[in-house]
Amino acid sequence: MPTKIEKDVITGTDTTGHEWDGIRELNTPLPKWWVYVYLATVVWGLGMFVLYPSIPLGTTYFHGLLGYSSRADAMAGVQEMRAMHGKQMQQIGALSFAEIQKNHDLMEVALTAGRITFAENCQPCHGPNGEGRIGYPALDTDVWRWGGTLDAIQQTVTHGIRSGDPETRTSQMPSFGADGVLKPDHIQQVADYVMTLYGKAKPGVDTAAGQKIFAENCAACHGDKGQGNRDVGAPPLASRVHLYGDARETVVAQVTKPRHGVMPNWNQRLTPATIKAVALYVHSLGGGE
Amino acid sequence: MGDHGAVNVMHHVPEAEVEPPNKLYADRVRVYPKAVDGLARRIKWGILVFCLAVYYLLPWLRWSRGPGAPSQAVLLDLWNERFFFFNLELWPQDIWFLTGLLALGAVALFLVTSLFGRLWCGYACPQTVWTDLFMLVERKIEGDRNERIKRDRGPTTFDKVWRKIAKHALWLGIAFWTGGAWVMYFVDAPTAVREFWTGTASVEVYVFIAMLTATTYLLAGWAREQVCTYMCPWPRFQSAMLDEQTFIVTYEGWRGEPRGHGRRLGVTETKFGDCVDCNACVHVCPTGIDIRDGAQLECINCGLCIDACNHVMAKTGSKPWLITWDTLARQAAKKEGTTPPLRLLRARSLIYLGVMLAGMVVLGAGLALRSHIGLSVAHDRAPLFVRLENGDLRNGYSVLLINKSRQGAEFHLGVEGFAGAQMVLPEASGKPAETLSVILGPDTVQTVRVLVQGRPEHLEEGRQSLDFVLRNAATGEKAVYHSLFMGPGGG
Repeated sequence: MPTKIEKDVITGTDTTGHEWDGIRELNTPLPKWWVYVYLATVVWGLGMFVLYPSIPLGTTYFHGLLGYSSRADAMAGVQEMRAMHGKQMQQIGALSFAEIQKNHDLMEVALTAGRITFAENCQPCHGPNGEGRIGYPALDTDVWRWGGTLDAIQQTVTHGIRSGDPETRTSQMPSFGADGVLKPDHIQQVADYVMTLYGKAKPGVDTAAGQKIFAENCAACHGDKGQGNRDVGAPPLASRVHLYGDARETVVAQVTKPRHGVMPNWNQRLTPATIKAVALYVHSLGGGE
Repeated sequence: MGDHGAVNVMHHVPEAEVEPPNKLYADRVRVYPKAVDGLARRIKWGILVFCLAVYYLLPWLRWSRGPGAPSQAVLLDLWNERFFFFNLELWPQDIWFLTGLLALGAVALFLVTSLFGRLWCGYACPQTVWTDLFMLVERKIEGDRNERIKRDRGPTTFDKVWRKIAKHALWLGIAFWTGGAWVMYFVDAPTAVREFWTGTASVEVYVFIAMLTATTYLLAGWAREQVCTYMCPWPRFQSAMLDEQTFIVTYEGWRGEPRGHGRRLGVTETKFGDCVDCNACVHVCPTGIDIRDGAQLECINCGLCIDACNHVMAKTGSKPWLITWDTLARQAAKKEGTTPPLRLLRARSLIYLGVMLAGMVVLGAGLALRSHIGLSVAHDRAPLFVRLENGDLRNGYSVLLINKSRQGAEFHLGVEGFAGAQMVLPEASGKPAETLSVILGPDTVQTVRVLVQGRPEHLEEGRQSLDFVLRNAATGEKAVYHSLFMGPGGG
């Protein structure tokens, strides 16, 4: 309760009239313009309160007169993006590889879509950059079991390898050891010869016997010089790139009882347009033909 | 508020008991500079006309650069990230030229200040130039100093009101033209004018013109000398560049004092100096100071007081140049009756000169030897290398190619330092070759993926350093980028 409003002699300003243990306070109210701006913001705030979502009502809320919703805004944006993306993917599905490659913008979309799809589906086996690992072929080099053209890659991704799909790529290497076609020492001899094909043979080993066994049993699929045959998915042996490694035990094991990898047919899971994008991406990794 | 009476009593404190409040800031003393003519004023007019002509007209100067390039001589094209200065075209990478130019400007300012004081402030600073222009307008409409003071102190009459309105309207017009001309350095001038008046210019254009119109009007019309005294940092540290050998505006106190009207009034008991204390020097001063108090923070060294004093000296029959350009050291010596020569070349000025020349050499050389092609190479992070069927190793690189010239050209990209290395562009799916041919359009930045392959036997310790070389097939200009070729065991 103001008791004694005085004029301060130094500043010439009135005091508030309050006194606390002899201490008095100058009465310097807020500037008028500040008060009016403050009141204006209060009025503005009330308007916002009425127009926009404001009052929580248990499980629901007052939606405001404008009916604005930031979630609806975001969803509209997502829809718009999906529509745009869908249009571009439709184009990728409709055009040929050559036509897509000529269209710079479409190519960028395809490579991005391919990269993302690859990371989600192919990376667990083939590695983040398609570098492959033991038992899973590298996709960034120039060695292909079934071909490295865009069409060949598309075919492989669509129908898979030994996948059970009616059009799957499939091949079966006989179990020369397990089925008793070749005796264990013959297998050792042929392994010695195969190692000469990729330059890892030990010097001084006689490979004449192994060469003869190779010509009779292996050359039909792997070629007389070990160059491989893509028609039957027989990998090149005269190559520095090997699916299961280049150690002698590996060669022996493979001839005795071969391992056969399986790649799923992705037509169950990916649309044809997406598979085309993946093919374009894999082709761009460096090994594309 | 029960004891209203007491309140009233407290309000009736006798005025004498209330001391004036302690003020934090001094009130502005309005300056009414008087018109003057003379050497300094004519130099100042000349520089004013030159600076304003350059500023307002330069954006309209056309310059042919061929198709696809702007035809404005000086254009800072922020949108397309190119700065054009006549035949010079700067890319964002060349921005250090502008930094260097600013640094050079600062050192040049130091040099000039150490030699001649605040010449920049008095003659060429935009604040001075536009204030001078605004004062000219003011003088034409409201009359000279005495007339303006009289009218400002007088009652509000029709004559006063229309002159004020006319003055501010003209000021705003000049300010608008100033803001508009500024924008023309960033947007093609004829386009900017057309778009501005048809309402199709970008929001930024309108905002910047409005902002610069406001600042020009306020700084040159209202703030004036307060900008120099309170806002500008330069006067605060320029005293570090001045010394007693600096050639500045000085008052020859040794022959001016004691000042006074004595001679004219026939006073004989005192021996008066040449200064008749007419205050003409104070009245013409754009910052409202008295030069007779010596060199001071507010003085912008414009020399208008020299012109004013010379007129008075001519009338009183005394020697002119009572206020003159001189050094403090020479003034001290003249007091003793000697006149030593000027010493403009001092350690200080020579150092500034040296730094400035070195800066000019560096900038000039950088400009002359500037490359018009650019090359940047990033090695693939994973995989570091790929083994091929025949045992070759292959590394992938992202290569950034830049053609800064206005002509499209064929470029040859090759590697050096790795025997037998071959390159291929996977996107072009061509055969591996020792050099690749790339066509780059004019003014182009392009990223290509390049695969380099070579024999592992040629690697030293599993890795090999190699240089990418980009050559302009026509001009032979080349750019080199150092990189690595990785193999097994090289990580």
